[in-house]
Amino acid sequence: MAAISREEVAHLARLSRLAVTEEELDTFAGQLDVILQAVAQVGEVAAADIPPTSHSVPLTNVLREDVVVPGLTPQEALSGAPDAEEQRFRVPRILDEDVAS
Amino acid sequence: MSELIRKTATEIAGLVASGETSAVEVTRAHLDRITEVDDRVRAFLHVDTEGALAAARAVDERRAAGEPLGPLAGVPVAVKDVLTTRGVPTTVGSKILEGWRPPYDATIVSRLREAGTVMLGKTNMDEFAMGSSTEYSAYGATHNPWDLGRIPGGSGGGSAAALAAYEAPLAIGSDTGGSIRQPGAVTGTVGAKPTYGGTSRYGLVAFSSSLDTPGPCARTVLDAALLHQVIGGHDPRDSTSIPAPVPDVVAAAKLGATGDLTGVRLGVVKEFSGEGAEPGVLAAFREAVETLTKLGAEIVEVSCPNFSYALPAYYLIAPSECSSNLARFDGVRFGLREGDDGNRSLEEVMSLTRDVGFGPEVKRRIMLGTYALSSGYYDAYYGQAQKVRTLITRDFTAAFERVDALISPTTPFVAFEMGARTSDPYQMYLADLFTIPTNLYGGPGISVPCGLADGLPVGLQVMAPTMADDRMYRVAAALESAVGTLTPPAL
Repeated sequence: MAAISREEVAHLARLSRLAVTEEELDTFAGQLDVILQAVAQVGEVAAADIPPTSHSVPLTNVLREDVVVPGLTPQEALSGAPDAEEQRFRVPRILDEDVAS
Repeated sequence: MSELIRKTATEIAGLVASGETSAVEVTRAHLDRITEVDDRVRAFLHVDTEGALAAARAVDERRAAGEPLGPLAGVPVAVKDVLTTRGVPTTVGSKILEGWRPPYDATIVSRLREAGTVMLGKTNMDEFAMGSSTEYSAYGATHNPWDLGRIPGGSGGGSAAALAAYEAPLAIGSDTGGSIRQPGAVTGTVGAKPTYGGTSRYGLVAFSSSLDTPGPCARTVLDAALLHQVIGGHDPRDSTSIPAPVPDVVAAAKLGATGDLTGVRLGVVKEFSGEGAEPGVLAAFREAVETLTKLGAEIVEVSCPNFSYALPAYYLIAPSECSSNLARFDGVRFGLREGDDGNRSLEEVMSLTRDVGFGPEVKRRIMLGTYALSSGYYDAYYGQAQKVRTLITRDFTAAFERVDALISPTTPFVAFEMGARTSDPYQMYLADLFTIPTNLYGGPGISVPCGLADGLPVGLQVMAPTMADDRMYRVAAALESAVGTLTPPAL
């Protein structure tokens, strides 16, 4: 049985903000199924009472002195933006007109 | 062809410091070599001719003025396109960042400049460092100088190929699951993954933040150690950077080069020295183990039972982190924006931008990670993988109570033919079978050439405890003193 369906892959693409084509969906569904079946092997390990590791370096709450240091100018920060206006990143509309009104 | 391109970084630094040659002369020799061979090797995505010559002139002027020179002054270096370089294009091998010129330097790039190195340009890589062959680069694959029909490894295939093709004596890579070591192995060069936190990630475009480790690539172990020393050490701009001095890797490489490993206990990882690797790779590895014994090392077999689960755990953890990290590529602050025609919503533009800007492997991993982190699957996939990570760390800790370092082949197979593994993504993942455990544990690992199989290079991997990077350099340098460096056929 497949570990993941075509519909689930379409859902994942939407969650991931990837406008994948129908053709891509077919390819990805098959490939992700193979990968998921393989990685599911982690389930074979008896690890019920083992603590998880998220990070290998045992550092917590790394703080620094609250001192002003030089940073990027607005011009530098916006230098790679596809669109900018009045020292801001310009984006397409966020709300539908009927929702906004 | 100038003889300067065959020199090691150590030799070049000496020649420049003594005035026997100039940094400009060295830089021109390497730029000429790039012009001569890179249309066939395709190691570079961008060659910064003007910037390199300016940096070289600055070194020569400092020397003429009697000012102190950095430890690698005048030595050319190729930088993987995963590190930001101020004003110099940085693409991460992806269309989504095509044309981006970062407004700042990565810490490693700043340190390279301070040391007087000359950055030749940016090297090709699998898109977002996801891959083992550079075939997933949006700008076309890099070719292995040993056989142009074969892959140079990945993701840092460009950096490794630049070394093997004598286009640069030093290069920078980044290693999340083997992206420095595996390219090193299949191109007959040296690649070292430092302890996680031993090298700064500031300005390294993030793939999997708990695993990403930038590090040195070179043609000799001593050169790699010199580069490691220059780029390593604490960086207040990276909160996961370890606040401790760099282990003395240069002294360790020099000690190892004496060829004496008396008193050193090495553990052969049982799980990685039998099935799973090509016969030619295993034969070269066994011969190297014999050599290490002759150099005085004591060899024991060590079992690390959870290493078998490292690959599946990695392919849950790394995609999970990548699905979060790559959310920043949304067509707003940098790079590509697609379909902004005044009629589409922000969300539609984002989705189109990401579909056009990302290649198939990146999309697969984003979706895989999104799946592993989704409610209902989190415990079985991501949560379980994190527990397996703990068990792998325990295997390492237990092993290092018995031995000073662990050894294995670096990768299960020699450089494969282009196209051989692209249709089945999981077959590509197997290239990192032996390198991944080190990333999950956070310790250092190095690949050093140990011989040939069917005329293609084989690498031996040395894995050491966290912040004991010096140990792996000692062992690698000792093996190198016996095996010698590998020279590819003339291009």
